[in-house]
Amino acid sequence: MTAPFPSRKQEEWRYADLESLKPVWEQFAAPVTLTVGDGEELEEIWLPVSDDVQLRRVQLALGSGAKGRIFALNAAPVYGRIELEISLEDGAEFELFGANIGTGLSTNEFATNVRHLGIGGRSRQTIRSVLNGNAVGSYLGKVEVARGAQKTDAEQSVKAMLLDRGATANCKPELEIFADDVKCTHGASVGELDPIQLFYAESRGMNPATARALLLEGFVMGLWDTAKQPETIGEAARQSLRRIV
Amino acid sequence: MLDIANLHASVAGKPILNGVTLDVPAGEIHAIMGPNGSGKSTLAYVLAGRPGYSVTDGSARFEGRDLLAMEPHERAAAGLFLGFQYPVEIPGISYLQFLRESLNSQRRGRGEAELSGGEFIKFARSQAALLGMDTEMLKRPVNVGFSGGEKKRAEMVQMGIMQPKFAVLDETDSGLDIDALKAVGAGINRIMRAADKGVLLITHYQRLLDYVEPDRVHVLTHGEIVRSGGPELARELEREGYAEAAA
Repeated sequence: MTAPFPSRKQEEWRYADLESLKPVWEQFAAPVTLTVGDGEELEEIWLPVSDDVQLRRVQLALGSGAKGRIFALNAAPVYGRIELEISLEDGAEFELFGANIGTGLSTNEFATNVRHLGIGGRSRQTIRSVLNGNAVGSYLGKVEVARGAQKTDAEQSVKAMLLDRGATANCKPELEIFADDVKCTHGASVGELDPIQLFYAESRGMNPATARALLLEGFVMGLWDTAKQPETIGEAARQSLRRIV
Repeated sequence: MLDIANLHASVAGKPILNGVTLDVPAGEIHAIMGPNGSGKSTLAYVLAGRPGYSVTDGSARFEGRDLLAMEPHERAAAGLFLGFQYPVEIPGISYLQFLRESLNSQRRGRGEAELSGGEFIKFARSQAALLGMDTEMLKRPVNVGFSGGEKKRAEMVQMGIMQPKFAVLDETDSGLDIDALKAVGAGINRIMRAADKGVLLITHYQRLLDYVEPDRVHVLTHGEIVRSGGPELARELEREGYAEAAA
């Protein structure tokens, strides 16, 4: 059965481009479920496809001591949404490294719900957005720490670069904590390229466009440093960046 | 080679340079010394074209070309190099990538062929080795996690790679221990001591000048050159202080 079509009144859909999603909703509505057994590991790399509207809904269940790592590039021409629901048992580790790269009138977003169910789980979410034109890039990240999920360590780091005045970055971390011995941190920043970095690169011979492209690449490429095979996603990110710089 | 005449410049509306006149012929190394706030770094930034440093009067010509009409990257392609007092950190970009992009941009600007990845790495390694820099550091993001001394050494490696015609070195000696100071001094002599090259060495202290003998020494105070002389002037400044020597 198809899930009901969302509404913007639902918190996790508040920045969504529902008009673009509506015609294709049926084909995306059901989430994909991934299960990583106790002590096992999963690494996924998600690349954008060529469709105007792209929705990825994934439920990831991490057993005790399991490790899940996701590297995701969100760069849909119209609307891209990556939706993740993660549950962590004792000692499980989850890492998400995601980029929104958007141009024109596009909306790209990550909506995550990380549920720490067991003791000593660790989650780390790192999102970088580079946006120009009137593009929107969002991160809505909920972290739930269940009663008894002591020693949880949850981290959210979200940064955005806006290249034009019309571009928008949204960042909405949400914490729901029912245990008293946990560490949950979140940080967000929205900025422009650092003028002194630009001047440094230009003083070495790069023209302003090359210098900007390189600095933006640095801003995004750090995300893939720990991937086992960073080449494909790195190249895809580079190409997306080239389109907007 | 570098011909500065009556140069006035201001930063955020405040006048810093008040008529600097200076001529550095090819084959010479000139030192500029002066107290804090005298305008030394401003002069360096104006020559390299840093945004926000506005020239209000005067001129600067490099090999006869109007330097001030050129963009920063055009100045680099023309052969000007600025050694930064505070080298900038760039996370996410390796030194190799940064320098290869820089060098190839310059080469494109001059209509020369670009170096391939392999050629560049070999060249960069040899330059790093000459300055006693661990070549593994070239794989790390630009200046991130480098100590003060490592950053300055890396600036000299960059200079070795760019092979500029003229270098403006802004307090390259600050933050260096004695071994690094010797290595940097030897690097300046090796890379820049040539009949067709020139250096403007901005420094606070005499100590770098023990390793890089200047042909001329100028004292900058309140945005003006108040005295010029031979290498002995640097030693006099060291002995007697700026207030005395500039009086």
